[in-house]
Amino acid sequence: MNMTDKEEHSGNKLSLLKALLKILPEDAVLHEKEDLHPYECDGLSAYRKLPMIVVLPDTIEQVQSILRLCYELELPVVARGAGTGLSGGALPLENGVLLSLARFKEIIHIDPKRRIARVQPGVRNLSISQAANQFGLYYAPDPSSQIACTIGGNVAENSGGVHCLKYGLTVHNIQQLKIITMEGELLSIGGSGLDSAGYDLLALMTGSEGMLGVIVEVTVKLLPKPERAQAILAAFDNVVKAGEAVGNIIAAGIIPAGLEMMDKLAIRAAEDFVHAGYPLDAEAILLCELDGTNEEVSEHVARVRDVLHQSGATEVRTAKDEAERLTFWKGRKAAFPAVGRLSPDYYCMDGTIPRKQLPRVLKTMAELSIEYNLPVANVFHAGDGNLHPLILYDANIPGELERTEEFGGKILELCVEVGGTITGEHGVGIEKINQMCVQFNSLELTHFHAVKAAFDEKSLLNPGKAVPTLHRCAEFGAMHVHKGELPFPELERF
Amino acid sequence: MSADLSQQLQQRIQHAYEAKLALQIVGGNSKSFYGRSVAAETLSLAGHSGVLNYEPTELVITARAGTPLKEVEALLNQNGQMLPFEPPAFSEQATIGGTVACNLSGPRRAYAGAARDYLLGCKIINGKGEILTFGGEVMKNVAGYDVSRLMAGAMGTLGVLLEVSLKVLPKPEMELTRLFNCSANDAIEKMHAWSQTPLPISATSFHDSVLSVRFSGAAKAVNAAVNHSGGEINEDAEKYWHDLKEHRLDFFNTDKPLWRLSLASDIESLALENSAADYLYEWGGALRWLKTDSPAAEIQAAMEKIDGHASIFRHTDQVNVFQPLTPALMRIHKNLKMAFDPHNILNPGKLYTEL
Repeated sequence: MNMTDKEEHSGNKLSLLKALLKILPEDAVLHEKEDLHPYECDGLSAYRKLPMIVVLPDTIEQVQSILRLCYELELPVVARGAGTGLSGGALPLENGVLLSLARFKEIIHIDPKRRIARVQPGVRNLSISQAANQFGLYYAPDPSSQIACTIGGNVAENSGGVHCLKYGLTVHNIQQLKIITMEGELLSIGGSGLDSAGYDLLALMTGSEGMLGVIVEVTVKLLPKPERAQAILAAFDNVVKAGEAVGNIIAAGIIPAGLEMMDKLAIRAAEDFVHAGYPLDAEAILLCELDGTNEEVSEHVARVRDVLHQSGATEVRTAKDEAERLTFWKGRKAAFPAVGRLSPDYYCMDGTIPRKQLPRVLKTMAELSIEYNLPVANVFHAGDGNLHPLILYDANIPGELERTEEFGGKILELCVEVGGTITGEHGVGIEKINQMCVQFNSLELTHFHAVKAAFDEKSLLNPGKAVPTLHRCAEFGAMHVHKGELPFPELERF
Repeated sequence: MSADLSQQLQQRIQHAYEAKLALQIVGGNSKSFYGRSVAAETLSLAGHSGVLNYEPTELVITARAGTPLKEVEALLNQNGQMLPFEPPAFSEQATIGGTVACNLSGPRRAYAGAARDYLLGCKIINGKGEILTFGGEVMKNVAGYDVSRLMAGAMGTLGVLLEVSLKVLPKPEMELTRLFNCSANDAIEKMHAWSQTPLPISATSFHDSVLSVRFSGAAKAVNAAVNHSGGEINEDAEKYWHDLKEHRLDFFNTDKPLWRLSLASDIESLALENSAADYLYEWGGALRWLKTDSPAAEIQAAMEKIDGHASIFRHTDQVNVFQPLTPALMRIHKNLKMAFDPHNILNPGKLYTEL
């Protein structure tokens, strides 16, 4: 940035500040450097940037006015919930406005009869279930950050959790959204019924990473709490056998509420950390949770135990009471921080694969781990094929972060190669933007850009995230020659 | 029968794009009554068929769009699985592509989800004749906008479906249906009270003072549920739910306009002038079929007030078959249509005159 740019930047900032203070009270506009720091990154803390200004509106009208102003001034806007995202989706832009929805934290209404909750976007995921508990209801998607993450962010990322196989992702559990477009228009998407007229804009908004509109209200579906939940822990002396056991449970006609796998390194880390009683000599463990009516759970527990034994489990334990069930889960839920104790830093990946490809993917990852000299612990939503390899590294060693990212990128490309995807639930954000060039061709990416333009013509909402430009892919492609073919051969090279 | 007609279909669309020639997309021609009529040359998907990938333990099936629905369902059935959204076929010729394009779901929808909920990915040809793939064959996938779900219910106006991948589920071990004689309001009360409990309900309907409730799941659970619920046994339940789904019940035998109302499940009655209107409820009250001669404007205005939507399912010559969109939403719809079909050649006017 040369001097004139800098002067222009501060001049812009000043006039923007003046205009924003006409819309918002003083305490809702942050512009001093020290006040901006808490907003410089989200859960992907390797990427940091200070926004020009942070705004904290608390009414829909304020959000509309802010967006209208930024639309007029052609200033980019990044919306932010709790900032727990893992892909840099809420990374600010230094020439833009960071729009925090943190003050929208009211649960507007719970309707137990219709089994829905109308909430503001800044409401935390877990607090919806807590509020619905008095009616025997809960909100099913439970991302691991559920005590902190907000429902607005969940919708923006289409968050999952450990119960997706049976209960679906965010997209399956919401009914209506209120959003504000970049032009400041309030839209209601979805309806009071189970479907709505026209195109499925509700699906399009879910997982759109803040690129199409700012979510200001969410109506979620609530489910009756299952009468009973029971957990089974099975140990295997071989990871492939554990993977096959998952297929065998499903072949038996049973859809568990949760079906998780951990490999040896993850088991050790979790056991050292929370003492969940995991078998330390196992190469892999499966954690299978069954829920439903009392009778159904009893029947399924017996059948799953049989299947696990027949699949070669070296040990099968059923939680003897609720306390033990929670202990089984404690190890799994603490797996990320537990792995974090083994190493100064870790990098969490998020690919999904067809489950039958697990042996091949694990073998290749082990080879890459040796090649890059970086250990990997594997935590796996085994039921739905969503892998979370955790690469252990030390950011203080020069070049190690870069090597880690390269290794991570290879894992994602491997997921695409075996018929999977680069992200199952964490989103693309800034983190996986290069791998989007591997998963989609230029025509498909062009359509993504057109979808954005259908909502946000000037490309001001969270620009530069989630969908790479064709130019970026061409540059990335120059480094990654796939099967001897340059991707995007139709593009000019500079 | 299995054949890949992608190339021929692509060439025809490329030609139509260049000539700005509208196409009417037809699968098995089983639901041609649904939606607004399209006066255009036919593009038939019927021959483009075949299951491309199905491994029961992966819970995913991928098939070409022209694959007959009954073929897909028979294959799943052999493996103890099903399409969980229980789609209506309306004819032996119905295809899996048409099923997804119309996003119609049957009695299980309120308890298991709709066609769009089970759609994992699709391959399409857009209005320029370009072949594009969105989504995939895995259950968790958040890379890029969810364009594949956008195709569900778009009735071919954004792209011609070539292949679809759907999540499937095991069939329940047992299903039992119980009948209750009650008023409409009592039925609403009962359905809501039960749906707040973990009872394994998989379908509900109400018509002519009879509430039908289907329970599905593990045998022990279903037996326990019917012990709890009481009610009379329906000995011919399988046929009943099938006839309901396929609109073969006497209720549907009518020349009057048949309306499909999607609304909040606990609404007791709509403020319509014509009190003789005849209703059949499904989905715990969230779907209502209505036979009436009342004007479309009146019904759609009443639905707008309660944030629901009404469409004329059969027997119509009205302009607004589907609930009118607000100008702001219509603008986004038009932008999306332009992005996928710039010359407006794919089923123009099938949903709305503007699209």
